[in-house]
Amino acid sequence: MATLETAPAHEAEHEHAGHEHLGFWRQYVFSTDHKVIGIQYAMTGLLFLFFGFCLMMLMRWQLAYPGRALPLIGKLFGEDRMPGGSMLPEFYNQLGAMHGTIMVFMGVVPLAVGGFGNFVLPLQIGAPDMAFPKINMASYWSYFLGGMTMLASFFVPGGAAQSGWTSYAPLSVIAGQGQTMWLFGMIFLITSSLLGSINFIVTTIQLRANGLSFFRLPFFVWAQLVTSFLLLLAFPPLEAAGVMQLMDRLAGSSFFMPSGLVVSGQHVAYTGGGNPLLWQHLFWFLAHPEVYVLILPAFGIVAEVIANNTRKPLWGYKIMVYSLWFLGFMSFIVWAHHMFFTGMGTTMATFFQTTTMIISIPSVVILSALFLSLWGGSIRFNTPMLFALAFLPMFGIGGLTGLPLGLSAADIPLHDTYYVIGHFHYVVAPGTIFALFAGVYHWFPKATGRKMSERLGKLHFWPSLIFINGIFMPMFILGLAGVSRRLYDGGASYDFAKPVLHWNVFMSFSAWGLALAQIPFFINFFLSIKRGEKVGDNPWEATTLEWAAPSPPPHGNFTTAPAAYRGPYEYSVPGHPADFTPQFLSAQQQATS
Amino acid sequence: MEIPFTVAERPDTGLNNGKIGIWLFLASEVMLFGALFASYLMLRIGATVWPRGDTILNVPLATVNTIVLISSSVTMVMAWASLKRNDFGKFRLFQGLTILAGLCFLGIKYVEYSAKFHHGLLPSKNTFLAIYFTLTGLHGLHVIGGMVVNGYLWGPGAKLWKTDPEHFTNRVENSGLFWHFVDLVWIFLFPILYLL
Repeated sequence: MATLETAPAHEAEHEHAGHEHLGFWRQYVFSTDHKVIGIQYAMTGLLFLFFGFCLMMLMRWQLAYPGRALPLIGKLFGEDRMPGGSMLPEFYNQLGAMHGTIMVFMGVVPLAVGGFGNFVLPLQIGAPDMAFPKINMASYWSYFLGGMTMLASFFVPGGAAQSGWTSYAPLSVIAGQGQTMWLFGMIFLITSSLLGSINFIVTTIQLRANGLSFFRLPFFVWAQLVTSFLLLLAFPPLEAAGVMQLMDRLAGSSFFMPSGLVVSGQHVAYTGGGNPLLWQHLFWFLAHPEVYVLILPAFGIVAEVIANNTRKPLWGYKIMVYSLWFLGFMSFIVWAHHMFFTGMGTTMATFFQTTTMIISIPSVVILSALFLSLWGGSIRFNTPMLFALAFLPMFGIGGLTGLPLGLSAADIPLHDTYYVIGHFHYVVAPGTIFALFAGVYHWFPKATGRKMSERLGKLHFWPSLIFINGIFMPMFILGLAGVSRRLYDGGASYDFAKPVLHWNVFMSFSAWGLALAQIPFFINFFLSIKRGEKVGDNPWEATTLEWAAPSPPPHGNFTTAPAAYRGPYEYSVPGHPADFTPQFLSAQQQATS
Repeated sequence: MEIPFTVAERPDTGLNNGKIGIWLFLASEVMLFGALFASYLMLRIGATVWPRGDTILNVPLATVNTIVLISSSVTMVMAWASLKRNDFGKFRLFQGLTILAGLCFLGIKYVEYSAKFHHGLLPSKNTFLAIYFTLTGLHGLHVIGGMVVNGYLWGPGAKLWKTDPEHFTNRVENSGLFWHFVDLVWIFLFPILYLL
């Protein structure tokens, strides 16, 4: 192992950093410190998650009781959205489109990548900051502008985008002004993720501490690295598509407008000659890798929490890393399995269903390795571990229910039904979002120097687990019965749907219950910042480098230049008195401690 | 607090941070233009009629523009090489020529665009013109972006030469890589839109 002069003489630097006094704005608002940016990302992401959840709770009222006036708050939305408190179809469509957009692009990804990636990754590789701190700041503010643009679009005439989060053409091209705002918002978000992903990759390659070779990197870092490559290479085609849709909408071109299109009995004022499927191809070329952008950071968080709380090394660390890369590569050649219905022909369908079946293998490998890591461990059932453990079967359900959708024949009856919604929500909601909660509880002590309350944590976990299954499990029943998604009345106008529609009420009450179950989390989060139990540098007795830094880490992160002496998960090494051997302790330090 | 390897190379990777950063950025740019080229193919294959570029567009002007842009790539390299040879005066000269070439390119592009607008050849007329304006417009924005960076390094950014010449030289190299990429995109655009 070659030794490297990675960190400059840090101790002297640090003295200086300690005296450096930045004003309030530079320190907390326009900060270039990766930890502050990470927390900004995480807080904004959490707020957007909550906002997206509120949109969904409104939709759930309409689905449970189609057309009935929403009591108490219904009238606040105004006559052009909810006249007399009952929802207009156009408003329902806005809520649906914006729920998806907000959850994916402004909630989960910014929290998982922008938040956890920014905060944890430089600490885990022993770096003083990201490679490009100013670009990092620009990334957050670009995201912020994108988010604000999306929020503002609710207030333009005609309301926000209402063509679904997928914005399929030609519907999106002839939609109201909200769609233009959506496209501009997306361009800001794409810029943000571009800046962030370049930063993550360069930081991981260049700023690793002394002795931290690639195969000593924690799994979380690997996950963020592969995710960054996906963001870097998959988002630009959507940007291209967004530019073309803007051209269609603003300059009257016909990229996505076919010849002879008739809308409401009238020929549209487009020359035609374009191809609506082109949008779908470009959109899914992004959006399938995006699925892995949603899930890989979750794998990373869960792997850290599981290794730490089983007090065992991860089972098959290297195989997991290889699987990550294979998964990342394959995610670029499966996109058309979202498009089996477009008449692409059996040859193409066969190709894409084959790649889709292949990509399920590395996911199963990673999940199996995580399950096997539990075997024989002396498991600590604290709150982060509970969320991480729940992730495993929940993601398993999400993944396995995806297999029929990846086969072109089985996809035919299931396409665009509630089954699809159930499938991907299992992956993202009790999957990724549970992993994100695990991450919040796990790294909260590092960020604040205090632990979150275990009692409130369990009060958050158990109801959340029950309610979230109450929302999504019945969706499989509805979907198998053939109920389509995106129906304003939830399917009430179809006779065949009647026998299963009573589940809508059950799902809606579960959704509202899930909202109540988040109250302990909010209380816990804000109370613990001030009142939580104070902890030292390494409260979880963990092995990775972030736990060598003080809690909370100062500007510049480490008090002495950290170095890695061994692999990331040396738990319960035979012959050692302690059940953890941190990466950052040399053999002598280990002997004297 | 200082970020390691902003100027010096990391021994095991042999690269500094900025160099990797700019190559990653170019990789994403390849995907951006690649998606547009792929869209061009899909639209053209699906079209019942597709005009030959030279029946609508001005090939001589575009040929001149191709020469201008390739020359600017040469002066860009000369600017960087002058810094390597420690000749700041020559750098100013060649960097200035690069910026002028960029201006010249945009001027010719302006003449082309206004002729099209004048004859009512707008993106709404057909998908050929739509992809023409999208590709060349996006490329034009990249030219402007490159000129802003080059202009900054020619003017106020050049102060860094006095304090940290190696860092400054790296910046010129990286902005040069971007400029070459912009040049390269045009070399693909020119035959696809104007000649084929």
